[in-house]
Amino acid sequence: MTEAIPQFTPVTLLTGFLGSGKTTLLQRLLADPSLADTAVLINEFGEVGLDHHLLQRIDDNTVLLQSGCVCCTIRGELSDAMRDLHSRRSRGDIPPFRRLAIETTGLADPFPVLTTLHADPVLKHHFRVAGVITTVDAVNGSAQMLRYAESVKQAAVADRLVITKTDLADPEQTWKLLSTLKQINPAARILYAASPNLDTAALLADTPFDAGAHGDMVREWFHEAGHAHHHDHAGHDPNRHGNIHAFALTFDRPLDWTVFGIWLTMLLNRHGEQVLRVKGILDVGGGSPPVAIHGVQHLVHPPVHMQDWPEAARASRIVFIVNGLQRADIEASLAGFMALASPAPAAA
Amino acid sequence: MCALCGVLGGSDHWTDVAARPGVFTRNTDPLERRRERARRVSVANRILTQFGMRLSDWQGTSFQLSTLTGKTELVENLSHIWASAEKLSGRVCDPLDPALLRRLEAARD
Repeated sequence: MTEAIPQFTPVTLLTGFLGSGKTTLLQRLLADPSLADTAVLINEFGEVGLDHHLLQRIDDNTVLLQSGCVCCTIRGELSDAMRDLHSRRSRGDIPPFRRLAIETTGLADPFPVLTTLHADPVLKHHFRVAGVITTVDAVNGSAQMLRYAESVKQAAVADRLVITKTDLADPEQTWKLLSTLKQINPAARILYAASPNLDTAALLADTPFDAGAHGDMVREWFHEAGHAHHHDHAGHDPNRHGNIHAFALTFDRPLDWTVFGIWLTMLLNRHGEQVLRVKGILDVGGGSPPVAIHGVQHLVHPPVHMQDWPEAARASRIVFIVNGLQRADIEASLAGFMALASPAPAAA
Repeated sequence: MCALCGVLGGSDHWTDVAARPGVFTRNTDPLERRRERARRVSVANRILTQFGMRLSDWQGTSFQLSTLTGKTELVENLSHIWASAEKLSGRVCDPLDPALLRRLEAARD
């Protein structure tokens, strides 16, 4: 039985605002026979009933462990629930699930869930983040994003955005929402829940920056993110929504990994709240294969060693989705730090 | 252990992963690993000196961060350096600060 358990069980986080159709989407995903070996953790039982043999509620009476630094925050109750699942699977008490889906509450910030997976000393050896799916309601989504910062953040950290309730919205509403989502998160793939062709297995599949990802996935991601630096003919920046701004930086020379690490850790320490996403593919020099990086706020996932470049050009490329930060400031800062890659001048 | 959080086993920082010699080699090639740590310390010190602080390697496993007046803290990885640096110095360590960038440039010349 144990040989069926993956070394690192992929975990998909399903988030979305209150009433945006998370549970309905989950219900549909679980109805797919190919996803039957998915365990599910939910925060609360909502109005939509879920009937699944591997469904467990996350007890909310566990004390939260608020750690010293943001990237090490562990949500105690989530950690307990996942450890319990893992333990029962190992003992053979429950079927050997091969993936895990976590449905958050509508007002939840997805970030602490991601840091729990990253920082928990047990979980990090058995689970890995496969991606974040965010549902957005076509009828109310645009208005929610104007009124609730949580809603914007949920969309910004998504790897896949699923627009729901398009059957209840007029095409104009859906188009407006689509346009808003592309401003907030141009790198995410956007799908429609009502589509009869919705590929449920692909929704839970690895995202391009997982350890198991292959070149095609990264190519797909860069295709999506490729529009992150264009402006339309009227000079309007289509990648700006309020203070949320997406842009891509490209570098035709290798980036020094040591300096880059020092710069990004320093940036995230001071501005991690405002760096909603950072994703990139870096040429670290020395003829090495590219390194893909992927961060959400203060948290940076372990970089992935790519086998090859997704495109012919070997240029480093980093996409930022930021809230209230300026592209020019980040560009100037990174350039200034990269100049430190050369040795310091000798003292006179 | 993460010095800030008390979380055991927190030594797998993302900056330790890269396709370069010395970085992300745990039990092999100790010379390259030491060399990489020495370089990190050297580059970080060019920034920290602007805040009146100094970093040194501690046993090849952690870093020792000190102020000019002797306040010292051990930190586990690069991420924790900056939080500790702000705490020890009482100053904001902002890489976007134009004044810091100007000082770094002046120190290079």
